[in-house]
Parts: sequence; C-alpha cells; structure tokens
Amino acid sequence: MSDLDAFRAELAAWLEENCPQEMRDGGLTEDGICWGGKDWVFTSDAQRDWLNACAAKGYTVPTWPVEYGGAGLSRDQEKVFTEEMGRINARSPLQSFGIWMLGPALLHFGSHEQKLQYLPPIARGEVRWCQGYSEPGAGSDLANVQTHGEDKGDHWLVNGQKIWTSYADKADWIFALVRTDREAPKHKGISFLLCDMTQTGVETRPIKMISGISPFCETFFTNAVIPKENIVGTENRGWDVAKYLLTHEREMISGGGAGLSGGGRALGAVLADTMDELDAVTRADAMRCEIDALAIGLTLERYKDQAEAGQGAGDASAMLKYMGTELNKQRHELMMSAGGSDALEWDGPLGNRAGDWLRTKANSIEGGTSEVMLSIVSRRVLGLPA
Amino acid sequence: MSKLVMTEEETMLADMARGFLDGAAPVSKFREMRDNGQTHDAGLWKEMAEMGWAGVLVPEDAGGSDMGFAAANVIAQEMGKTLAVSPFLSTAVIAATALRQVSDARAKDALARIASGEATYALAIDEGIKFDPEGTALEAKASGNGFTLNGKKQFVVDGALADRLLVLAKTADGLTLFDIPADRAGVTRDTSNMIDARDAARITFENVEATGEDVLGAVDSAMDVLKPAIAAGQAALAAEMTGLSAGAFDMTVGYLKERKQFGVEIGRFQALQHRAAHLWCEVEVTASAILNAGRMLDEDPDNAAMAVSLAKARATDTAKLAVIEGVQMHGGIGMTDAYDMGFYMKRARVGAEWLGDYSYHAEKIAKLRGF
Repeated sequence: MSDLDAFRAELAAWLEENCPQEMRDGGLTEDGICWGGKDWVFTSDAQRDWLNACAAKGYTVPTWPVEYGGAGLSRDQEKVFTEEMGRINARSPLQSFGIWMLGPALLHFGSHEQKLQYLPPIARGEVRWCQGYSEPGAGSDLANVQTHGEDKGDHWLVNGQKIWTSYADKADWIFALVRTDREAPKHKGISFLLCDMTQTGVETRPIKMISGISPFCETFFTNAVIPKENIVGTENRGWDVAKYLLTHEREMISGGGAGLSGGGRALGAVLADTMDELDAVTRADAMRCEIDALAIGLTLERYKDQAEAGQGAGDASAMLKYMGTELNKQRHELMMSAGGSDALEWDGPLGNRAGDWLRTKANSIEGGTSEVMLSIVSRRVLGLPA
Repeated sequence: MSKLVMTEEETMLADMARGFLDGAAPVSKFREMRDNGQTHDAGLWKEMAEMGWAGVLVPEDAGGSDMGFAAANVIAQEMGKTLAVSPFLSTAVIAATALRQVSDARAKDALARIASGEATYALAIDEGIKFDPEGTALEAKASGNGFTLNGKKQFVVDGALADRLLVLAKTADGLTLFDIPADRAGVTRDTSNMIDARDAARITFENVEATGEDVLGAVDSAMDVLKPAIAAGQAALAAEMTGLSAGAFDMTVGYLKERKQFGVEIGRFQALQHRAAHLWCEVEVTASAILNAGRMLDEDPDNAAMAVSLAKARATDTAKLAVIEGVQMHGGIGMTDAYDMGFYMKRARVGAEWLGDYSYHAEKIAKLRGF
C-alpha cells in the first residue's frame, strides 16, 4: 500500500468514527455553514462536535502547517482529503474569511509571531474575521481607499468608512486597507492592518440585500486605535498583501458552492430532485452547464498542480473567478427554473432556493467584477494596451 | 493519476513538433495545397513517419515509438495550430489503436506498415449525416467462408486516398469491423468536395467480398477493437481543434495589436479586449480537458469515456467561438479568401461533426453523470 493509500484508509476510518451522521448532508445551504467566532451559536451538538474533532486534527485547515493549527497535508493528501469528505458528503466543519483570505496572506507575509498569534484561533473557529476592503468611493477602483490612519507613534488613529464588509456585524476582527500616506501615489500609501472590532471606535450597520438577508455591512471607523504591531507586511506596501489576498479570494469565490472539484453531484441530478422529468430545453441547458463545470473544475486542479510544480499560473485566478462565477449564476438560474413556482416562495418547499439564487448575483461583483477580471486577463495575459 | 501538468517530455515534444511544422507545414503550405486541389502530401507524411509520429501509438516491437495517447494529443494540437494536413488521426491514432487491440501476426504487420508510413487508413463508419456507429446498416452477409458487403458510407475522412479502409458493418448478431484494401473489387470511392479542402469520400460497397482474415477482432464484436480507437480519435481530434483555437486566437490578438482605427490600435478598445479575454479563458479551460483526456486514456482507459467526451464537446464549442470571434474581430478582411482565418473556420466546422458533435458528446456526459 502506498503512503497515500494508507493515509486514505486512516482518514476514512477517522471520518467514519468522528463525522456525526447529521453532518453528512453536504451542508451546501447558508444554514449548514459553521462560521465560528466568539459569539457563534452552534446550530446543533453535532455541529460543535464535528468542528472540535476536525480542529483537533488540523482538518479545518488541512494544508496549513501543524504549528499554526493545520494538518500539514501535501497537495496529494489534500486531494484525498477532499475526495473522502465528498464520499461521505461531509459538511465542511468550518468556513471563514480567516481560512480563505487572511490565513494565506499571513502565511505569506506575516511574521512568525503573527502567525502563532492569529492562525490557530482561526483554525479552531474561535475568532471570526471580516474583510475591510471596499469603500463607497473604492469599488472596482479598490486602490482608491480613503480610510485614513494617522500615525500616533505606537499606533494609528483610524477614521473612515468601509462597505460590503461581509458579516462585519458578526465578526470579531477586521483586516483592513488603510491609507497611511496621503502624499504617495494611490497604490503606494496603503497599509494592511488588523483591527480588533470590540473597541468603541468601530461600528457596523448591516445592509439589507435583494436576497432578503444582510450578509454585507457598512463599517465605520471613528478614532479607532490600531497598534503598530498589527501591520502585516511593510508600511505603505499593503497593496502587495491586498493583491495576494485577492487571488485567494477569487479562487475561493470561483469554486464556491459550485461543486467544481468533481466531488459534487451532477447538476442534472440535483435538478431532477425537484422536477420529475427535465424538459428538453432545461436538460440541454443543464448539460452545457455540467460540461463547463467539469472543465472549469479540471482547470482548478490543473492550476493547483502547476503551482505545486513551480509553473506559475500567473493571473489564473482572474480567469477562474470570471469563469467560475458566471457559471455559478447560470447554475442557480437553472435551479430556479427547475423549481418552478415552488422556488418562488421565501422559505417555501425548496427552502431558501430563491435567496441562494439572488445571492449568486453578487459572485461576479465581489472580489473584482467579471469586467475587471477580463481587463486583468487582457492586460497581463494577452498584453493588450491599456 | 498523473498530474495535470505537461511533463518535460511532452513540452519537448510540443516544441519539436512546432519547430518542424512551422517549417514543413505552415498555413501557407495548406493554402498552396488547397489552391492545387491537393489533399495529401506524401512527402510530408514520410517525414512525419521518420520522426516517429506515424508510429506514435504503435508498439516498439512493431517498429513504433509507442509514446502514448497524451503524446499523440500533443502532436495533434500542434498540427491544429497551423492546419497541417496529414493522415495522422485516421492512420496513426484511430487505425493504430484499433489494430493494437488485436494480437496476431497480421495486426502486427499492419501496425509495422503504419509506423513506417507505408500504409494509410480511413475509418468508414458514418452512413447518415450524424455520427452513429450503433446505427450501422451496411450489411456484411455471411457467404461461404467469408462475407459479402453491401451498403454506403459517407464522410469517410481520408477515404479517397487511403490505402486501406476500416469498415464497420452489420453482421448476423452485431457489428463487425473489416480491414480491407481500398481498391478491392466492388468498392467505389467518390471524393467529397469538402469545405475544409481535405480528403473525405462517399464510398459505395457493392458485393464486396471479405474473408475471415479481413475481420479485425471478432465477428459481431467490432466495438471491442473500435471503441478504444474511436475514443483515441475523439481525444486527438479535440486536441487538434484546441490547437486550431489557439492558432486562430493568436492571429486575432496579433491583429488587435496591429490594426489601427480612429488613430489607435483596436486592441485598446475595451469592447474587443473583453471579447478576446473571454476567448482566452475558454481556450485555457478546454486545454485542461484535453490534458485530462490524454492522462485518462494512458492511465485509466476503461474509465476514460467521460474525459474524452468532455474534451471533444469543449473543443468543439471553443473552436467555434474562436473562429467566429476571429472573423468578427478581423472585420471585412476576415471574410476574404486571401486571409487565413476562413481556413480555420471551415476546419473547425468539419472537426465539429467528425466522430460525434457537441450534442452527441453532451448526451454521453449526461448519461455518465446520471441525468
């Protein structure tokens, strides 16, 4: 038996023993997600047990180094991990922006002390992070951030406003792009700062979205204090960290909820759950979607393999983000169509299908719009003049 | 399975193929052949054989280079970029794969003749306007110790000039594959005047006699030998079409950087930038499906059906987009015969139909995915 087979066997046995039956339903809906954080209320004992069991093994962040709360899995082992989790349809034990976004940025740019301080609580689901990037005047033109940090010696005094801060009202900490030099060119005066949100200078206000829920917030900084040691990377070079993090955010969004890695059920099978027999047109659309999903999933794999082989995938994340999110929107259109009038009720027979459908419309906006992604490809890959 | 990364050997093979084809088979060469009504270049095929391409799937003990399906795809992909004309798919991929399913002296001899470039093949399979092997009606009736073939085939790619034909026929209890010389009595070949200016024929079989020796594999069991051959052909054709897409795309992006209107390069216009970027994304995604199909055929052929259909479906769709966008972004000049883009468009349409169109492969995938 190869090492990988041994790992698979061991993992399968561990999963069999530790994954509660209730957690074996895929958990793809918003309600099925465990976000963690100081104020997190577990929806069931099973959800708590599953998180704790995984955290103890480092399986909430399987590829992170063991010393920072991960399991130190190789790329091949990670594939096996994903396959075995998919095989029993296990829910992800923990999802968070700490895992998807801040973690990779800290692993790359953070000091050893910062990694030890911030990563393990993310892995255990104890601290929930949110992302302070966009501002009312900085959407697609993200580097135009105006939130200002005034140098006060041992800390920055921060004033300004962020918007589209996902789950800011539920988060404990925020990583934010803050202008720390107003004189420098716009990309050269931004710092990447970590801010404790429990202080009085940070307030959040949820924004009600078309999906009926309020996952996004406005976040206001009024004389908020951020100690100097809370900077990631170098002062005024936060744009480098921001861009690096964005590539991870884009990969996360591109694969998000679409079951693109091959483990997920076929779209046609999902549709057939609500429609006894797919009509010819819906079926044809579903087939096209399925073909594209399989090919994009393979591309996700290929780029990971290339990255591991040291063949840089360059601006691949922009491409995957564009293709993945446009596909996800189509898939949810089909889900709505297959659901017919049952899908038109909030919390109707199909649960929150309409809410999920509406939510996907943000996929091609958040983390860089489809148009921004195409412009990145056009400039950096095709070399077309700006 | 091996990783979805080009190996060093594959990269070298691609570079070598590119170098050779740029010299021996650039698009200008194709144009020359088209202008002369020539659909086969014996000299070019001989050179390809000498480089081991004709024997890419022929075992070494039969004189082949036996490089595998992924390698065959690499070669086909490079051929697609400059529309190189050769019997590579029909002979080196499809016929060789069929023949190597059979382990007898006759098959080994046939494989040796493929590897050396002596014999070319065509697969006579379609009878209607769409690819439908299971619906084969051409009849091979048992008579004495042999068979008598009667019926018609169409869209026999490379069929007008091939030395030998692989003919799929209906027998008493199933389908049987025959390997016969193309000049056997009763075989009438009518060259089809194809839009892609390549060799294809309509072939009539009238009381064509075949012996048991001519049967490839077992009687009534054609699919045992033909299925892997078709899969290999589909994958390599998909690879060729992806090369074609890349070729059309490169021409188009080159034009965007060069052509000036309103005093600037048209590549500065966001409307065109985004269309070109989208096309690149599609080509890139399809390239993953091609790489995956080659890996699956080499390493897990029994489970490669979905990978192959995915590759062919995606390649068909992507090539269509690449040539439509290619012509549109070139504007009027893209519509002229003097410009090469039209060649890409016509080849993409023929490739779309051969060995199963988009719908055919989408249906296969839907079945395999359980809906």
